[in-house]
Amino acid sequence: MTDGTLPARGDVAPKVAFFNDPKVRSLIFQALALALLIFVIYTAISNAVTNLTNQRIAAGFGFLDQTAGFGISQTLIPWAESMSYGRAFVIGLLNTLLVAVVGIFLATILGFVVGVARLSPNWVISKIAYWYVEIIRNLPLLFQILFWYLAVLAAMPAPRNSYSLFGLFFANQRGITAPRPVFEAGAIWIGAALVLGIVAAFVVRSWAYRRQAETGEQFPVVPTMWGIIIGLPVLAYLATGMPISFNYAEQGRFNLTGGMTIIPEFVALVIALVAYTAAFIGEIVRAGIQAVSHGQTEAGRSLGLAEGRILNLIVIPQALRVIIPPLTSQYLNLAKNSSLAVGIGYPDMVSVGGTILNQTGQAIEIIAMWMGCYLTISIVTSIFMNWYNERIALVER
Amino acid sequence: MKRIVSTIALGAAMSFGATMALAQTPGRTTLQNIQAKGFIQCGVTQGLAGFSMPDSAGNWTGMDVDFCRALAAAVFNDPSKVRFSPLSAKDRFTALQSGEIDVLSRNTTWTLQRDTSLGLNFSVINYYDGQGFMVRKSLNVKSARELSGASVCVQTGTTTELNVADFFRANNLKYEPVVFATADETVKAYDAGRCDVFTTDASGLYAERVKLQRPDDHMVLPEIISKEPLGPAVRHGDDQWMDIVKWTHFAMVTAEELNISKANLDQMLQSTNPEIRRVLGIEGNNGEALGLTKDWVVRIVRHVGNYSEVFDRNVGPTTRLGIARGLNALWNKGGLQYAPPIR
Amino acid sequence: MTTTASDSFIRSELIQPAPPPANLVGPWGWARANLFSSPLQIVLTLFGAYIAYKLIWTFVDFTIIRAVWTGADRDACLDEKVGRSVGACWPFIWAKFGQFMYGFYPVEHRWRVNLTYIVALALLLPLLIPSVPRKALNAILFFGVFPILAFILLHGGSIINPWLSVIAWLGTVAAFGLLIVHFVGLSEKALNQTAYGAIALAMVVGGAVAWRVLGLGGMEVLAVAVLFGTIAALAIGAMENRPLDVWLVGGGIAAFGAFVAFALVRLGVFNAPALPVIETRQWGGLLVTLVVATTGIVAALPIGVALALGRRSKMPIIRFLSVGMIELVRGVPLITVLFFATYMLPLFLERSPDAMLRVLVGVSLFSGAYMAETIRGGLQAIPKGQFEGAMALGLNYPRMMGLIVMPQALKLVIPGIVNAFIGLFKDTTLVSIVAIFDLLGGLRAGFTDPQWASPVTLYTGFAFAGIIYFAFCYFMSRYSIFVEKRLNTGRRR
Repeated sequence: MTDGTLPARGDVAPKVAFFNDPKVRSLIFQALALALLIFVIYTAISNAVTNLTNQRIAAGFGFLDQTAGFGISQTLIPWAESMSYGRAFVIGLLNTLLVAVVGIFLATILGFVVGVARLSPNWVISKIAYWYVEIIRNLPLLFQILFWYLAVLAAMPAPRNSYSLFGLFFANQRGITAPRPVFEAGAIWIGAALVLGIVAAFVVRSWAYRRQAETGEQFPVVPTMWGIIIGLPVLAYLATGMPISFNYAEQGRFNLTGGMTIIPEFVALVIALVAYTAAFIGEIVRAGIQAVSHGQTEAGRSLGLAEGRILNLIVIPQALRVIIPPLTSQYLNLAKNSSLAVGIGYPDMVSVGGTILNQTGQAIEIIAMWMGCYLTISIVTSIFMNWYNERIALVER
Repeated sequence: MKRIVSTIALGAAMSFGATMALAQTPGRTTLQNIQAKGFIQCGVTQGLAGFSMPDSAGNWTGMDVDFCRALAAAVFNDPSKVRFSPLSAKDRFTALQSGEIDVLSRNTTWTLQRDTSLGLNFSVINYYDGQGFMVRKSLNVKSARELSGASVCVQTGTTTELNVADFFRANNLKYEPVVFATADETVKAYDAGRCDVFTTDASGLYAERVKLQRPDDHMVLPEIISKEPLGPAVRHGDDQWMDIVKWTHFAMVTAEELNISKANLDQMLQSTNPEIRRVLGIEGNNGEALGLTKDWVVRIVRHVGNYSEVFDRNVGPTTRLGIARGLNALWNKGGLQYAPPIR
Repeated sequence: MTTTASDSFIRSELIQPAPPPANLVGPWGWARANLFSSPLQIVLTLFGAYIAYKLIWTFVDFTIIRAVWTGADRDACLDEKVGRSVGACWPFIWAKFGQFMYGFYPVEHRWRVNLTYIVALALLLPLLIPSVPRKALNAILFFGVFPILAFILLHGGSIINPWLSVIAWLGTVAAFGLLIVHFVGLSEKALNQTAYGAIALAMVVGGAVAWRVLGLGGMEVLAVAVLFGTIAALAIGAMENRPLDVWLVGGGIAAFGAFVAFALVRLGVFNAPALPVIETRQWGGLLVTLVVATTGIVAALPIGVALALGRRSKMPIIRFLSVGMIELVRGVPLITVLFFATYMLPLFLERSPDAMLRVLVGVSLFSGAYMAETIRGGLQAIPKGQFEGAMALGLNYPRMMGLIVMPQALKLVIPGIVNAFIGLFKDTTLVSIVAIFDLLGGLRAGFTDPQWASPVTLYTGFAFAGIIYFAFCYFMSRYSIFVEKRLNTGRRR
């Protein structure tokens, strides 16, 4: 489209075919990709509509209100067969979260122990840690979960000959049973006291740090904190007239009745997940500690710090910067791997969802709900760990 | 301009060609499909002794398997022209709906929901079953009503899972459900002591009991808490194939009723009894009405046997399962197996 | 104070260092330093040694010392029948060995599986050993040719027919396209409307004959119609004495080829299958484990390369799609992806694919997304100068990536790929949850055989599978470390 005026010499870009213009090309490629995507999605949806009509399955989340009618062996919130599929799914989600939280907590502890043991000057300990890591990492997780499940069941006695501790705690093939606290009116104050105690403990801590920074005087922070956190609820417990009683387990005809029970599926799953993840965390911790230059330790020694303090104040804070990012992905792996619970019948989100899928045939909805929940868990964990990572990151002046 | 018009005209002609190309040839019937591919694809369990179970070499045996072999015998005169698809409880209906299998013979309970909303057609009941409980003898339990507080191992995705919940609810009993995805896992967990009770169809209880480490330590409780009519299912919308499936079973029952068996088949072919002659296709053309050959019953009995032969061979009192005929006896012997007349 | 040289003592050579104290050298010294350096260490050492002894002894005792080596059924492995406490029941493994290795793959056809293994090893070993030459050819053979060969060997069925159908299909599409190109390219005067009408009529007649008279369907009808149309166009062209048009002749040849190919398929000339079909339902055991893991990793490479490039692309839509895909798949567990492939995928397609195929699709997607991140790591390690150099040479994007960047990046991520393979090999166990019998699934099925039901069956099976899994994974992880070390020296130089 010329408008009559000729462009000045030198302004003319070398004439290229329009399809060689990078901008046009990029537009065409993207349009093609988009068109392809839309075509695929359109085909998929139209096929799905046909197939669902043929199978007479109504799409949509209406089924979540229907009565479930099946039992669930571990429920954190009350459950009865007459409740809805939606609630069943929520119970599964809570069970997944429970395994993930407990697993992450224990795996972190065991992982740090393994990592430190790998670097131990003691030959036997470091070799044991080495082979622990090698063996655990080279066996499939599902294999380990099944093994632990059957091993836990085989190691435990039948309910009639439970192992018992003081007649309060029992362990048998049906799980580990402990007295169940029964909260009566007034128990709420104990909870309030606990929250208050935790807040007060942290206030004391920050006060003590400030005072130490100003005057150099030290204050026994840790014992005080524990004293406040434990002391306040105990005081409240006594003051409100001991409103918590315990429901003790008793020998029933088949099982122990009463108390609260940790089912063996949970135990096996947590053991397997913790053992597996700890092996990976151990390697991360080892790499993190090794990444801290030896000069740092030597400098600590020359300042006259005790070995424990060198570790606490110099090595670990620096190692953490290397450790946190890969540790985050291990936490995410653990949360995702908890889905293998379906292999041993622990009622997590995948196994409860699988049952619902089976009863209703609502494959698309259930799988979408699974993916949504796992993605949310992943994102929340990532955000938290990123926040923590930034907090401990090197502040450069 | 002329060129544009002409191009459009030609384009229209070409799209006509393309449309015709995309027009699907009318679908063939299930029977035509089976005859074209040369075998029947039969959905069975992943291993339930007495009903469908592969040995180490992959040869399948059992009642459900024999039913498919009878179908193959009727269609091809060759009981080996059948291929088996082991299906989990979860996959079985999808496999049939999608056309992956031709018939689902996988001790599946006939329910209204499945018959209607899942797009299946149940044809006949070839085994009358009911859900029962198995417990350890050492527990000294005599009735299912004593099971309050027990842990129950049950397989997910089955009517069993819902029945057991109903039973305990209806009787105001408490229980702890322990749910597994496959029958094998369920039995393994029961055997390992995870549960007091294992529940499934009574036939399944006997079948699974032989897999336990010490079968004699376990007993089946007398209560049957549900009706479980088991039978082969086919897809909605092909009546001819459904007729064949239906009448294959009836043929086996009729053969038993008329005392026609594998052993005496050749004598029976000489029989003068008009009913026997009609059933064996010497008179009349019942087989052709089904889309099969005249001698379809002869084929079934020769290759597979009559209903009692199949029953006794796979699950009967002389086998390890040791199940009595009970409800599955012929109607004139106090049971429920009754076939409409073949005429 | 003066000293003279004579009464002073000046050492003229270095004194020989005294040997270290006896308790610091030799095995005893080593033990003191590494085992007993302090009371705490002594306790730890003894405790650790006890644990290690316990574990190793339990394993050796069970698998070797108390084990039963021969027998026909469970009676050989029952304490009360044997009269002693029995360890591993190896006859159970011998009896089920075929099942654990091949599933229900028919015995008389197992040579096909073994042959596949041999070919795989013959191609893989030279690929893994760095000093063997001709890596590119080798890689093409392994990643391109081997999968087809393995499919033909393992699955069986007619070799020619499926490819013939593909050729016929492509030929029809090409002929149709060429015919259109021919008409678009014609000048205004070249054809009159009568000619158009004649050609259109020829096509309709051809299609109708094929559809109605010959009873053909689908693409075949189109092939015949296009063939008729081309012949008509050629005839008209000849009548008008126009020179032969290259497009038209090409279209005619393609249409004729497609027609012949369709005819061959329909007449079943090449129907005779080279090998009987063994359905994937009959596959099982280690075979499935290896098939799933290998397919997963082979398919993951192209998917991963595409997604990694997409993620680094400058085009926002492509980048967004790639990132979305990668993060979606990496954010969810493999089991939900498998459920997606098994239960949801059939809904999205017209026909439900084979169960094994569905699982393979799921596994490939999953490992592809992880592979993309591995490859992206490799791409990021390539210095910018390499890109700039390639651009300065005037290479276009595919050449820059294919010739300069990717070869370097892929070499860097070999350890990552091997690690991904280890992960996939372990994750393969999950397919048993969606009813595909891999090694672990076969093992669990084996446990329920009443013939072998005994208290030790379970642990024997676990010991056997554990040894196999460990041997595979440990070997591969050693290999990955070896490559990593080699790469490091290469880069340090």
